[in-house]
Amino acid sequence: MKCHYACRSAEHLMERRKFLGTVAGIAGAGMAGAGTVGMPGVVQAAMPELAAKQKHILIVWLAGGLSQLESWDPKPKTDTGGPFRAIPTSVPGTHISELLPYTAKQMHHLSIVRSIDTKENDHGKGAYCMKTGRRQEPVADYPHLGAVGAKLLSPVDSPLPGHIHVQAGGSGGSRDDSAFLGPRYASISLGGGPPRNTALPEHVTPEADARRHAFRMQANDHFARRRRSAQSDAFVSSFDQARQLMERRDVFDNTKEPQRDVERYGSHEFGQNCLLARRLIEQGISCVQVTHTNYDTHHENFDFHIEQLGEFDQTFATLVADLVDRGLWDSTLLVVMSEFGRTPKINNRFGRDHWGRAWSVALGGCGIQPSAVIGKTNDNGTEVADRQVDHGHLFHTYLQAVGVDSTEKFDAGGRSIPMADPAAEPITELLA
Amino acid sequence: MNDKPEAAKVDPKQIHPVGEWKYTSPLLSCRFDPSGQHAFCTAQDNTIQRWNIANGQATPLAGHDSWVRALAFHPSGSHLISGGYDGNLLWWEVSAEKPEPLRTVAAHDGWVRAVAASADGKLLASCGNDQLVKLWNPDDGTPVDVLEGHANHVYNVAFHPDGKRLVSGDLKGEVREWDLATGEQLRTLDASALWKYDKGFRADIGGVRGIAFSADASLLACGGISEVTNAFAGIGYPKVVTFDYEAGTLKKTHTASKKLRGAVWNVRYLADGTLVAGDGGHEGGHFLFWNAHDEKEFFDFKMPRTCYDFDLHPDGVRLVSTHDDNMLRLWSMAPKA
Repeated sequence: MKCHYACRSAEHLMERRKFLGTVAGIAGAGMAGAGTVGMPGVVQAAMPELAAKQKHILIVWLAGGLSQLESWDPKPKTDTGGPFRAIPTSVPGTHISELLPYTAKQMHHLSIVRSIDTKENDHGKGAYCMKTGRRQEPVADYPHLGAVGAKLLSPVDSPLPGHIHVQAGGSGGSRDDSAFLGPRYASISLGGGPPRNTALPEHVTPEADARRHAFRMQANDHFARRRRSAQSDAFVSSFDQARQLMERRDVFDNTKEPQRDVERYGSHEFGQNCLLARRLIEQGISCVQVTHTNYDTHHENFDFHIEQLGEFDQTFATLVADLVDRGLWDSTLLVVMSEFGRTPKINNRFGRDHWGRAWSVALGGCGIQPSAVIGKTNDNGTEVADRQVDHGHLFHTYLQAVGVDSTEKFDAGGRSIPMADPAAEPITELLA
Repeated sequence: MNDKPEAAKVDPKQIHPVGEWKYTSPLLSCRFDPSGQHAFCTAQDNTIQRWNIANGQATPLAGHDSWVRALAFHPSGSHLISGGYDGNLLWWEVSAEKPEPLRTVAAHDGWVRAVAASADGKLLASCGNDQLVKLWNPDDGTPVDVLEGHANHVYNVAFHPDGKRLVSGDLKGEVREWDLATGEQLRTLDASALWKYDKGFRADIGGVRGIAFSADASLLACGGISEVTNAFAGIGYPKVVTFDYEAGTLKKTHTASKKLRGAVWNVRYLADGTLVAGDGGHEGGHFLFWNAHDEKEFFDFKMPRTCYDFDLHPDGVRLVSTHDDNMLRLWSMAPKA
């Protein structure tokens, strides 16, 4: 069905751009999103201002559930504390686990929320809570923080995708995490290199590609003179954006980074993924998630946390220091989170199990008060003792931190959907 | 609840409880002192507890700042040396009324995982997460040598009975033999069957958790977990690999008849050459008894709860084991009177 598309309104032009998929599966993703991308009044008004400041959200996702007792909320010498000691940090009076000695030196840039109670012990549901700020519902799906950030923080004319997920085995494919915002904001999964299909096939020379493009444009123009539609425009724009992205594929190429930085971040996968995250933020990507796996330590929790945090600690501290040194800290919200924490009770295999009742996240950067510790748990970490918050409060806080009024709403095909859970509110004392 | 053992009558199939004592925290490791009067065990409250096995009296040894999993005695029986996850070695008088640390040595960067004393009492060895094996003078705690070569956490050490060699085993099942006179590495033995890198969870699991020479030193046994299918759920199975020590070749792989999901936490040889392993995991705690030439055990004894460690009494008849339910359990392999 033809649309009435002759108005050439700014809104439509903007939506055409937002409609575009990213290079990996560009056409398919873009078409699939045609009917779902929202047309928000307030959100649109805020976008140019935010984009000018180019704020970023960087999520470090510790998959499986980091133990709060072995990280941000140690309880040494208690029945739940385990074998690790607490160490002082660069913030007087704030102690974290001895497994994080490098991070401890960067704590004056970071803050901790120690009083999270999501009441959710299921991996999938916990992840959904923490990434969307809502509980899963059978009749509604909500966009992940990265997708929301991509929509609200990305320059509208950027040829780059706004939402990148860096993880082991990432292949350039698109993930289903943008809900009603549409595939334009779904994360592109990367794992150690540029997205797939961003290089010309070997048998196509640049000259041949230019001729092919010129011919396609000629055909498109001919078609558009009589049968132009939103879909045909989106199709054309998808190709344009793809070409721009192919010209900038080095954005995703870690080999462009100095060898010294490769070494500073660590030769392991997480180290290189964090280096890529830094590069992506520097190159203007709005939202980046780096996943480190795995922390689901039902068995030998302590040995495995030595191993995993042994990789995490120095790399993460390097990332924080670099973002600060490069002037990106004030414009980048950095959050370290998992789907839940781990049980204070140590099971009979030296493991800790799933625990959503009293656990922690660490965050810092854009809009976040540094050096704060929000809330607390009781002496052995079995309950929140002060300032209980959940995923809803955190989601509001993230958005407010990057300058978004989290009480605003998305317009999804005529439906008005609050950006964040209306039943929750931001943690105001955490905001700068 | 304490019967008098008779050394000549050891029959693993007759094993039965002869004592049990409850502490206030889950217990970890345990060792008999050379006199056999005490069982020393460590607990998740960072203490060591000295249990008089005749009357069940417990005396605390407080001094470590973390869990302790490494215990060794000076052969004279006068002193205990403990190694903690705080990286320290502490010296204690075994029979002190109120034990206090006599000496504290910052030994390793990270966990101390095992300590062992040479039979002649001239050397103490320790190993840990800093990938090092260290030798000490057990009388005064002064360093003697540092043995470098492991590329992973070192889980265990044992002196060869000849007093001239030491073996150490690490996370990936690499067993190194060291010349104590020169500090040189002599050779490596492959116990990598006790290790796996779980690609799904991107983590290593394994380790030489138990290590022991047979009485004639012809065999070296290394125990741990194997056939792991899910590292983070602990889905793996107990295994002991034994080496023909002089030849340096694999002699036998010992496994359990039943699918016992768990790990071997320690191994010991009985006087008749029977190999004993203490296993703990999803199916609780088990003593597994093997003949040297058999893959499968000739007897599997189920304990009431999962087992974290065990030791063989100097009488060769009794065993002591530590458990997650805060219990220290004493067993006899002599027929019931």
